Amino acid sequence: MANTLKRLGKWASSISKTRYYSTICEEQKVQQSGKTVNLFTAINQALHIALETDPRAYLFGEDVGFGGVFRCTTGLADRFGKNRVFNTPLCEQGIVGFGIGLAAMGNRAIAEIQFADYIFPAFDQASVFSLFIYFLLRKTKCRCCNLPGFQHGSTWVKVRSSVKLPSSDTVVGINLTVEVESLYGVLLNLISHIPVLRVDLLSGLTIRSPYGAVGHGGHYHSQSPEAFFCHVPGLKVVIPRSPQQAKGLLLACIRDPNPTIFFEPKWLYRLAVEDVPEHDYMLPLSKAEVIRLGSDITLVGWGAQLALMEQACIDAEKDGISCELIDLKTLIPWDKETVEASVRKTGKLLVSHEAPITGGFGAEIAASISESCFLRLEAPIARICGLDTPFPLVFEPFYMPTKNKIFDAIKATVNY
Amino acid sequence: MAIWLTRSRNVTCHLNINLGLLRILTQSYGRSSLTTSATGRNVRIPPHVGLLNLAALFSFQRFESVKAEKQHDSEDHGDEKQALDFPGGRVTFTSHLRFISESPEKRIHCYRVLDDNGQTIIGSNFQKVSKEIAVKMYSHMVTLQIMDTIFYEAQRQGRISFYLTTIGEEAINIASAAALTLDDIIFPQYREPGVLLWRGFTLQEFANQCFGNKSDYGKGRQMPIHYGSNKLNYFTVSSTIGTQLPQAVGAAYSLKMDKKNACAVTYFGDGGTSEGDFHAAMNFAAVMEAPVVFICRNNGWAISTPTSEQFRSDGVVVKGQAYGIRSIRVDGNDTLAVYSAVHAAREMAISEHRPILVEALTYRVGHHSTSDDSTKYRSLNEIEHWKMARDPVARYKKWVEKKGWWTDDDEAVLRSNVRKEILQAIQVAEKVEKPPLMDLFTDVYDSPPPNLCEQERLLRETIKKHPKDYPLDVPV
Ligand SMILES: Cc1ncc(C[n+]2csc(CCOP(=O)(O)OP(=O)(O)O)c2C)c(N)n1
Ligand SMILES: [Mg+2]
Repeated sequence: MANTLKRLGKWASSISKTRYYSTICEEQKVQQSGKTVNLFTAINQALHIALETDPRAYLFGEDVGFGGVFRCTTGLADRFGKNRVFNTPLCEQGIVGFGIGLAAMGNRAIAEIQFADYIFPAFDQASVFSLFIYFLLRKTKCRCCNLPGFQHGSTWVKVRSSVKLPSSDTVVGINLTVEVESLYGVLLNLISHIPVLRVDLLSGLTIRSPYGAVGHGGHYHSQSPEAFFCHVPGLKVVIPRSPQQAKGLLLACIRDPNPTIFFEPKWLYRLAVEDVPEHDYMLPLSKAEVIRLGSDITLVGWGAQLALMEQACIDAEKDGISCELIDLKTLIPWDKETVEASVRKTGKLLVSHEAPITGGFGAEIAASISESCFLRLEAPIARICGLDTPFPLVFEPFYMPTKNKIFDAIKATVNY
Repeated sequence: MAIWLTRSRNVTCHLNINLGLLRILTQSYGRSSLTTSATGRNVRIPPHVGLLNLAALFSFQRFESVKAEKQHDSEDHGDEKQALDFPGGRVTFTSHLRFISESPEKRIHCYRVLDDNGQTIIGSNFQKVSKEIAVKMYSHMVTLQIMDTIFYEAQRQGRISFYLTTIGEEAINIASAAALTLDDIIFPQYREPGVLLWRGFTLQEFANQCFGNKSDYGKGRQMPIHYGSNKLNYFTVSSTIGTQLPQAVGAAYSLKMDKKNACAVTYFGDGGTSEGDFHAAMNFAAVMEAPVVFICRNNGWAISTPTSEQFRSDGVVVKGQAYGIRSIRVDGNDTLAVYSAVHAAREMAISEHRPILVEALTYRVGHHSTSDDSTKYRSLNEIEHWKMARDPVARYKKWVEKKGWWTDDDEAVLRSNVRKEILQAIQVAEKVEKPPLMDLFTDVYDSPPPNLCEQERLLRETIKKHPKDYPLDVPV
């Protein structure tokens, strides 16, 4: 497996810290048939496909119309029209609230928040998903089976596309609904009503937002707020590590029956370059990936941080330490099984993220694994994370969970 | 209720006929047609609106077709005798089914003192300025311009990490600052460094902040342009749009409670008015009767978003009335108008304990910031027009010259001195060492708690082990 490791990082020389990342293809669909593109272009491709394959998909946010401040939405307003791809007023709570309403009417809302640092005015909206579902549960009654709290109808169409029933293109129309219902109604009635209901209500709300350090962003252009959102029941939190991953995971988020938040590592927008298949593909959510096999210690991370962690693994290898590196990809609901299996094998765990260490998502992983693998652990779980300070400008290199901090912690843990 | 029902049925009936007519109209005009609605306004029906949607469109139109009030202050049709006592005062009844128009027939006018040639408009009333203040305003506007040009260049050369200019908005910056006193508390957005300049922040202090050196009051922790000065009553700039607005109201309330002869003054852009914080602040200010002056720099753009995609009201000034706030629209490129309006606003805010909203019409001549290229979304002609024909500094210069207060020689001396001073400030700031590592951990709390002490200790160990990972210019 280690041989299949393919390093594709091409980095601009101006950045002092060299970052690499690697991609091991998901066994499924992803073929190396695409062009070499950077991360923002991969995201642009995903958005293009999402809008093309679903006439009820919408894309909006501050400055999205002209291509977005990170160029992720370039050309999309021209291609799909200003009614589907548009600027919003400067109001994050408006953007997410509008997205919830749009999604609740059976559309796919793809909302952009310009920087994760500016997502907090939307926090109220983003944290009400579960209540929102509950409220509608009580209000509605299913038309076909009269079950209180459930509703069928045009949902069939949505379900069809998301569970990949035959002819996967999404068709929307009142008449079609009836037809589709008769075709698939029996089948779908076998599926629990609840997933169907959720498809109906929030089949498509995806919040995209750039997160993390860039080398000169200071406190308001560098934050990693993922842990806040991991505390919102019902919301999925996804972070990709590379262009290929970004495209597949973003499409999966957009088509997931649950509201999702997708944090894009802005440091990698231009720096990360990789072969990205041109076709429409999705990568599974809530499925971690072992991107480097090893036997002495397990490392878990996500997003841009993986590049540094991988470098630490390479350094450790020179010292005869074999590290297993896992990309968690979906923070919540997270793939505990893959992490557990690895820790059972290695007996040691290190978690790393840019966000402040206290109350970071690494704390959750550490607590869960110490519960489930207590007897297998041979050393305390290490956490190499950002400091508990505001994200600083001049002191950024000090704040960051650097490769050497990780490397030292690997050695300390292995030699415990 | 019954009366209302019959009436609304009548209206619907009446409208059905209208709808039929309109449908014929639109059909004959083809898929994208101009229709004249009953209010006399042109309605463009977009081509994607199918027949089905057309019905929906017109069922909405029906409300418009009921005669809408032309203007808020139009003649009163109310029946004075029939009134409802209601919280907030007597509400008279009317038997006319009529909606308030979404916008007045005419846009709210804009207060102006200087014409395009820098002549005072005959009959204009404005706050007189002394020669001293007038000249000081001019030289500060020029200083601000030169500072912007040189700092911008320094960013392009990679000497500072970020910059953002105020070009085109010098009059709002300097004239509003001149109309206030040092006791007034400033809550800025980020495009108001001129206010700080006026208050006595030195070019060296500006440069220190942009270089994030040891003398920067923010101790190098924030990006360039996040200025702040305790001494000068200038709250530190925060990148997050709108957050300063409700904070200004809280500060203003404190000034009122302490019976201070001062107000809070807060600045924001057209984009900022869309944030919830703006609306919270306006409402709080009105309800708390807080002496706060809201100064909106409506410069047409919020990064790439034009005001037409930001709001559909007649700009920002009209929002004041909805919150019960006295408001004025002023030509933001007219130094004397801005000075007079803010001067009057301050007086009213303090003496009458009330918020005032000032909307200054202007234009962001520069790119949004050094991270932006505005030619991607707006025309060069538009930029050139504002830069040349509507330059606030040139217009004001003509006035001070005509007064005999300013000569070409003064201009040459000023420009050369300011240039020298700024270049010097940059050179010094660049050489001053960075703040010590300790500053990363201070000011998070009043005193560092155990977790931060522990993190500092671990960090220092790591630095000893891997000195190459860390910049040499930060003393550890
Ligand atoms: C809460 C928040 N959302 C988004 C941003 C990103 N942003 C920075 S400036 C800006 C536009 C502001 O426009 P305006 O208020 O009109 O001020 P101007 O730049 O025109 O002076 C945006 C969207 C931000 N800083 N804060
Ligand atoms: Mg603006």
